[in-house]
Amino acid sequence: MATVAVPERVSPVGAPPAAIGRPDFEIVPRRGLILVAAVLALLIAAIAANKLWPLAFFHFVGGASWTVIDLFLGFVLGPIMGRLSVPARVEFTSRLMPKMVLIMPTVVAATLAAGWQLGVHLGTVQTSYYNHGWTVASFIVVGVMAVIALGLLEPANIAVLVELKKPRPNPQVIERLMKRFMYCAGILGAMQMATLVIMTKLTVG
Amino acid sequence: MSERKLPPVTQIGMTSLALIVAGGIYLSAHLPHHVPLGPAVALLSASVLLLAGNLLSLARVSGFPWRRFFEVARWALVAYLIIAGMIEYSFLRDHLSGGPLIVLSLSLLVFAVHVPVLIGFTVARYYEPDEETQAAAVGLGRSGA
Repeated sequence: MATVAVPERVSPVGAPPAAIGRPDFEIVPRRGLILVAAVLALLIAAIAANKLWPLAFFHFVGGASWTVIDLFLGFVLGPIMGRLSVPARVEFTSRLMPKMVLIMPTVVAATLAAGWQLGVHLGTVQTSYYNHGWTVASFIVVGVMAVIALGLLEPANIAVLVELKKPRPNPQVIERLMKRFMYCAGILGAMQMATLVIMTKLTVG
Repeated sequence: MSERKLPPVTQIGMTSLALIVAGGIYLSAHLPHHVPLGPAVALLSASVLLLAGNLLSLARVSGFPWRRFFEVARWALVAYLIIAGMIEYSFLRDHLSGGPLIVLSLSLLVFAVHVPVLIGFTVARYYEPDEETQAAAVGLGRSGA
């Protein structure tokens, strides 16, 4: 991956603009789309087959990945990134965020789609299920997480990448958007703790 | 960073999404029993009104970088239509029909339109008119999203 130098916008008046080194990148890594398409095709096949093991596989693997990524981003990477210098943050962001554009929607789609179908298969989404209240609680937690992820986190993710692609990226905009991304990831990480409580309760009955 | 006066598109968009999510939870929490559709229809109607209001208020912003907005929003629309299509397939696979299917399908449509609007808006709000001209000149829009 080549590195390009772009002039930094917030330089003192009259001084030559300082250069920010950032790797050249694709906002949506095209090669990764093949992998995403393969995962989604397998997910559709699992739903169509309606067999227990493939549905459980997609739901458990997707759910575990979603939880771990949110917790790691919100509570480990976020604070570390906050302490990095602006050029280091820009370089790290331009390497991390294109991958997140592909990983998170795929992981979330696999978890929720397989989870719903698994619930239909096992009968846990029906009102007759003895732990139905916990199932509805999981809907609510996932619903709140979806609104935050779709309304705040995903737009910030895309916007920071588009900003980095500009001939003269604005570090203030990048900082503002990354702050929004990391705060959202932190909130989602905290909500993932609620998901863990609910899912373990549903598993043991 | 100059601040353009913009309507609260993100806040209204999130409220609209929250309403359709609430409608979806209301319907799915009552499966497989028959459930009165009134509350779900009311939530969906409010969500649609907020979507329309959001688009109208954005359309009235003078000098908004629409070219940049549509460059991003159209690809996001493709992605979210695929996701909505998968969810719709799941509904049909589970033999959902009648009123609940119509309400949930329309909710999916609102979701598939509103999320790209939010993404396009968040990207475009940080574009200055001169940047948009420069980006068009160097073909920035073709380099990624």
